[in-house]
Amino acid sequence: MADGGGGGGGGGGGDEPEELSDKQKAEIAKWFLANAPAGEIQYVAKDVRSILGDDKIYEMAAAEAFPLHNKAHLLALEMPDRSGDVLITTYGELDKINYFDPRTAQVATVDHVKQVCTNVRPANDDELPSPYIEDFRSTLDAELSKYVGETYPKGVCAVYCVSGKDAEGPGADFEFVVVISAVKHSPQNFCNGIWQSIWNIEFKDDLQFVEIKGKIQVGAHYFEEGNVQLDAKLECKDSTIFQSPEDSAVSITNIVRHHETEYLASLEASYVNLPDTTFKDLRRKLPVTRTLFPWQNTMQFSLTRDITKEMGIGK
Amino acid sequence: MEAAMDLMRRISPKESETALSALLSLLPHHSADLLSQVDLPLQVCMDQQLMKEFILCEYNRDADSYRSPWSNKYFPPLEDGPLPSPQLRKLEIEANEVFTVYRDQYYEGGVSSVYIWEDHNESFIACFLIKKDGSRTGHGRRGYLQEGSWDAVHVIEVGPEEEGTAHYRLTSTVMLSLTTEDKSSGTFNLSGSIRRQMSHDLSVAEGHLCNMGKMIEEMEGKLRNSLDQVYFGKTREMVCTLRPPPDGIQLRLPEN
Repeated sequence: MADGGGGGGGGGGGDEPEELSDKQKAEIAKWFLANAPAGEIQYVAKDVRSILGDDKIYEMAAAEAFPLHNKAHLLALEMPDRSGDVLITTYGELDKINYFDPRTAQVATVDHVKQVCTNVRPANDDELPSPYIEDFRSTLDAELSKYVGETYPKGVCAVYCVSGKDAEGPGADFEFVVVISAVKHSPQNFCNGIWQSIWNIEFKDDLQFVEIKGKIQVGAHYFEEGNVQLDAKLECKDSTIFQSPEDSAVSITNIVRHHETEYLASLEASYVNLPDTTFKDLRRKLPVTRTLFPWQNTMQFSLTRDITKEMGIGK
Repeated sequence: MEAAMDLMRRISPKESETALSALLSLLPHHSADLLSQVDLPLQVCMDQQLMKEFILCEYNRDADSYRSPWSNKYFPPLEDGPLPSPQLRKLEIEANEVFTVYRDQYYEGGVSSVYIWEDHNESFIACFLIKKDGSRTGHGRRGYLQEGSWDAVHVIEVGPEEEGTAHYRLTSTVMLSLTTEDKSSGTFNLSGSIRRQMSHDLSVAEGHLCNMGKMIEEMEGKLRNSLDQVYFGKTREMVCTLRPPPDGIQLRLPEN
């Protein structure tokens, strides 16, 4: 009973299935886990575990894949003391299981595979930026948090100082990374999505100039009786002048707000254009004749084809 | 197998070839099931005799060779690869000709192939395939797409004729990917695959080809609309849920 088979991508291997080594199986498991869409890694984990049939290999793969996935998707975990969420990012990573939360000046210990925060402790002095830097950082964080809270129903954000955190006063360059993430999981509606933006803010003291580079990424996955995914990204640049912490915070937030709003508008425009332009390059809704195809009239086809060729219609 | 199919629904459609390869190596004993149930982008080959392209699938394959619907020969050449009966071959030739025109009218380019072969009990199975590359370097006439592909596989099981009617069961799969790219709006990629079924009992007065063609046309129309309105619409809805459009927000913002 033939079913709707897809194209045969090369004959399926030799006569005897080769047994894969444990390491090879773990690599494959790792690939599936790391490539799970945002919010679906636990479901993917269940499937992988069942297919592998070997918990030892699964655990080996999970230990490596989960941290990658969590960092790539800017996972937000609730801290046990209810002081807020800590974001799992490369910028705040102190070591494989410890992540710095700049807003509450704490360090959170996490279990990547279980995706929970197991412990928090106050950050040490050497883990914190200088008061001069912290002034800029926290003011920007406050302004951004306001923006994020108003704009993204499920948004979280953090501001990390990734360079120059020990500068005592004016005369030094420093760099922040702003991370914004909003995630929506609706497994019951077979739909998940993530918006994330990462902004590099370079404060150049000598030029009295702030260079801003942004990377926005949006993903959505709908999988009711099918599998459709959106993967969109944009890189942008801007700049502003080096001002006081308060004025810089407002300037920078305005720039972020401006670019992100514009990006949303361009995504919307892409969707609006889809049915009439972009999709048409793949398949028209109807032929140029604006009628359905005349299957009954086989004779007409040779005729139509010849006429089409001669008159160069549709070519 | 259930876990494998669930994985295929979750991994990005763009990675489906890698994912299937991985599953085949992990579950070698399920390879027949996996190959028949998982949809992969279609591959094309050149009929060296007539210099025309044709589409590869399990239904025109024997060992490592594939039969061209144009010359009815296997490439690379095979001593005695299975061929359809003369009667079915005649239908197959006509089907390919008519489907070529259909493809041209809806797709304005691309490659199509039809394969027909005997099933048991006076039934037969027909497989209609279309591969369209809509990118601006391919057959995308308006140049909107950086990358774009539409692959359709329609498999129709046609039952024996009884009292002037026959039973038609169609299983269709469309795999689609489109990417637009420019400096100011970045990269936008939508890709997906959906599969549907449709069954009809139809009078054979107009012939099998007419019935099959109409079913396929109807199905493709439905799938195109589904992809556009439902599937893409759902991802669009999700984006608006993540970041509601400014109009709503501005009403709530207090003046700074």
